[in-house]
Amino acid sequence: MENTKTRKPASPRLPTESPFLRITDLTKMFGAFTALHEISLEIYDGEFVCFLGPSGCGKTTLLRAIAGLDIQTSGTVEQGGKDVSALPPSERDFGIVFQSYALFPNMTVRKNIAYGLENRKTARSEIKSRVSELLELVGLPEQADKYPAQLSGGQQQRVALARALATSPGLLLLDEPLSALDAKVRAYLRHEIRALQERLGVTTIMVTHDQEEALTMADRIVVMNDGFIEQIGSPMEIYREPATSFVADFIGTMNFVPGVVESAESVKVGKIILQCDLDESLDSGEVTVAIRPEDIEVQEASRGANQGNNVVEVSVEEVEFLGSFVRADFASDSIGNVRLRADLSINLVRRLDIVEGSTISVALPRERIRVYAKNG
Amino acid sequence: MQMSTPAAATVPISAVRIKPKASRDDWHMRAFMLVIGLYLLVALAFPLYAMLSKSFQNHDGDFIGLANYLEYFGTPALTYSINNSIFVAVITTGITVTLAFVLAYALTRSCMPLKGFFKSVAMVPILVPSLLPGIALVYLFGRQGMIPELLFGHDIYGPIGIVIAEVFFTLPHAMIIIITALSIADSRLYESAIALRASKPRIFFTVTLPGARYGLISAAFVVFTLTITDFGAPKVIGGDFNVLATDIYKQVIGQQNFEMGAVVSVVLLIPAAVAFFVDRVVQKKQVALLSARAVPLQPNPNRRFDSIMLGYACLVSLFILGMLAVCQYAALVKFYPYDLSLGLKNYQFDLMDGGGWESYFNSIRMATYTALFGTIVVFVGAYMVEKGRGFRLGRGFFQLLAMMPMAVPGLVLGLAYIFFFNAPNNPLNFIYGTMAILVISTITHFYTVSHLTAVTALKQMDAEFEAVSSSLKQPFYKVFSRVTVPVCLPAIFDIGIYLFVNAMTTVSAVVFLYGPDTTLASVAVLNMDDAGDIAPAAAMGMMIFYTAAGVRILHYIVSAYIERRTQKWRMR
Ligand SMILES: Nc1ncnc2c1ncn2[C@@H]1O[C@H](COP(=O)(O)OP(=O)(O)OP(=O)(O)O)[C@@H](O)[C@H]1O
Ligand SMILES: [Mg+2]
Repeated sequence: MENTKTRKPASPRLPTESPFLRITDLTKMFGAFTALHEISLEIYDGEFVCFLGPSGCGKTTLLRAIAGLDIQTSGTVEQGGKDVSALPPSERDFGIVFQSYALFPNMTVRKNIAYGLENRKTARSEIKSRVSELLELVGLPEQADKYPAQLSGGQQQRVALARALATSPGLLLLDEPLSALDAKVRAYLRHEIRALQERLGVTTIMVTHDQEEALTMADRIVVMNDGFIEQIGSPMEIYREPATSFVADFIGTMNFVPGVVESAESVKVGKIILQCDLDESLDSGEVTVAIRPEDIEVQEASRGANQGNNVVEVSVEEVEFLGSFVRADFASDSIGNVRLRADLSINLVRRLDIVEGSTISVALPRERIRVYAKNG
Repeated sequence: MQMSTPAAATVPISAVRIKPKASRDDWHMRAFMLVIGLYLLVALAFPLYAMLSKSFQNHDGDFIGLANYLEYFGTPALTYSINNSIFVAVITTGITVTLAFVLAYALTRSCMPLKGFFKSVAMVPILVPSLLPGIALVYLFGRQGMIPELLFGHDIYGPIGIVIAEVFFTLPHAMIIIITALSIADSRLYESAIALRASKPRIFFTVTLPGARYGLISAAFVVFTLTITDFGAPKVIGGDFNVLATDIYKQVIGQQNFEMGAVVSVVLLIPAAVAFFVDRVVQKKQVALLSARAVPLQPNPNRRFDSIMLGYACLVSLFILGMLAVCQYAALVKFYPYDLSLGLKNYQFDLMDGGGWESYFNSIRMATYTALFGTIVVFVGAYMVEKGRGFRLGRGFFQLLAMMPMAVPGLVLGLAYIFFFNAPNNPLNFIYGTMAILVISTITHFYTVSHLTAVTALKQMDAEFEAVSSSLKQPFYKVFSRVTVPVCLPAIFDIGIYLFVNAMTTVSAVVFLYGPDTTLASVAVLNMDDAGDIAPAAAMGMMIFYTAAGVRILHYIVSAYIERRTQKWRMR
């Protein structure tokens, strides 16, 4: 996962700054089924936040509660310092783009975009220039008089975006806006949407189940699972320091090895003891030790680094060439009956002549190891 | 880092339930739902209740428990009609479904020419009142008919006549259902059957028939219901052969015994309702088949098979067009069978019973109002059910009410209206005997099919149009008028035309409800026939046919125009 570049948040935030959107203890029930469990969340002005999680975890439900389309069972939503918890959508301030786009098929692109501008005592000429401006913004000035059915999926998506932005809402909600598109258009539009959002500075929430999308676009990611928030953090935090084993597993690839807490700073895995930073809550008992494939360091005798510290002798079981890097599977009697997967650079593999069957030493750097409670 | 730790899945008991604030839009919508729900209550539920309770009352309105029922079941002359009704309905069902199946098979699985023509001809019976085939049969096989010898001494007045007339009347309904079932066949099944070298008859019995089974079952129930509840054919051609529908009429019009009419109505309601619910279940299964749609079957030319099918289609068309031709001939002949010269004497309706030409124009007026108001009520109602927010329970109840008219025979509905609207203490009493009650009863009588057409069209709309519109702070009626209605226009026209044609041809619901100023063409056919003026009855029946056919053709032209105008955005 090389593309997790850090992004400067749209506006520098001090902890004292009051959030633009504050969700407190929000619970949503469908009959006896609880789709969201006491969700609390704060989103700041100008932020781009992604709700990320597997299908059915409640992302759309949360988004619709924020919009007032399906109001929560309990809990509050405050927007811009005002409690909007019980308000219908028409009395809230947001624009929304659905997965289906929901473009009005019998209206031209221009009419679709103008839809929200009518009935507001806005002059016709004013509406017209605003629509042109929006068409320009989403890069579709030539398509104004076409009908949605005459546009490609990506173009339709941008019309839907323009329609949602027409009334200059304070909050933009996007429900899987890219999932109906093919991979290439999707990659392009990711960039476009993010650039547009930064230009307008509009606070944006995007729902997605595509981790790459979330990691490349978001200022902060809200990882959800089964109606709970698992973690909130920047893409880098989410990737580097997954708070739960669910997040560790859901985002990127992760090696999981069972272990037992040995001391306040070490865990016993198989026959060896690994130094690591333990959470205080994990004072004893069985745990799961996790490390990313790219964090496993192969020891080179000539460089002699890290000697003795979390170093394990492993045999190379499988080597798979994946273009720009090599994925290797290691096994070792000392860590028990699990395989460790590592991503190695081609240079390194060539230099050390790592092939199936060779035995090497690898280090599991202390600061890269994450330890989770067994079923946590 | 903020985190809510995954705790036990409990709902905070202390938490305050959010009570969503209703927007102005919500209030508008609720008002609409209330009005339309009230409409169905007044136009359907209350009258049916009134009828039901009447069947437990004596002439003075005192509750007498099951006494009426005991009297009914103790009178063999009356209960015999149950057997008659079921007998005729079962025979008709067998014949119609077989004929319709072969015709549908010819239209979907052969390469015979003129398929469009044959299909249109088979639809013609929908455009005439069910009295008309009866009249044609009188001219063909009656005592002074053209070819009574063909019956080998049997009497056309009675079960034979009823069955032939009902077959004519129900054929299009069965054909449409079976065509749908046959056209969802999966060609891959046939390919593998052929690869297994199954013989043609074997393929037919192991692949074709099972594939169409839901369609066949559904068609059978529809034909059964239509026949058992039909009043026109047995009235004209039934002779002394009594069926439930004619019994209701006789009890009410002949003997003014409303309580017994109510009892017979309840008895007739039972088979109709059972058939209806079985059909709903079967149709659901068919829909499931439809959505798993596979590679459609393309028929291959086969000289012998195609000519047999062509011959068959010609015969069916001859049967249908022949009946109409006989009626038209009878209408033009001056005095059958004594003076066979042609003329327009029989069109001087004003000289006969039944209301004269005025009843024809009344019918057109009634059909126009029914189409206009019916379409509005049905479409708005379906919109509220499908897209409304809140009122979950109410919307479910409305949906149930909307499905009920299908199971209620027209005569039963008409009788129920007498009981409900003619009650002196009913504030709506003033509409009794007016055009309004005819329009309301007809809209209600044909509500279900119209409602289902509207719901199907609405279900194809993106579910988020309303959400988008309200996020843009636009009222729901804007998205309704600017998007929903234009996109659903073809379905809206279909509903309108369906209501118009049925309002022109229906007899059963309105026969109890017309007044001296609101006589109708279809009722005039009945009354003229009753009075022995059969030729004018045929003439009036044909006027109804030409009107309904003309409107259908107009609809066809308008639809083609709309399709051309909107294809730019309808294409996918
Ligand atoms: N109207 C509803 N009635 C009952 N259950 C519902 C309703 N809407 C959603 N759910 C349930 O709530 C849970 C969360 O649904 P939601 O649509 O929010 O998931 P999601 O995270 O958006 O999933 P996806 O990625 O598939 O869109 C699911 O288990 C779903 O079945
Ligand atoms: Mg979703």
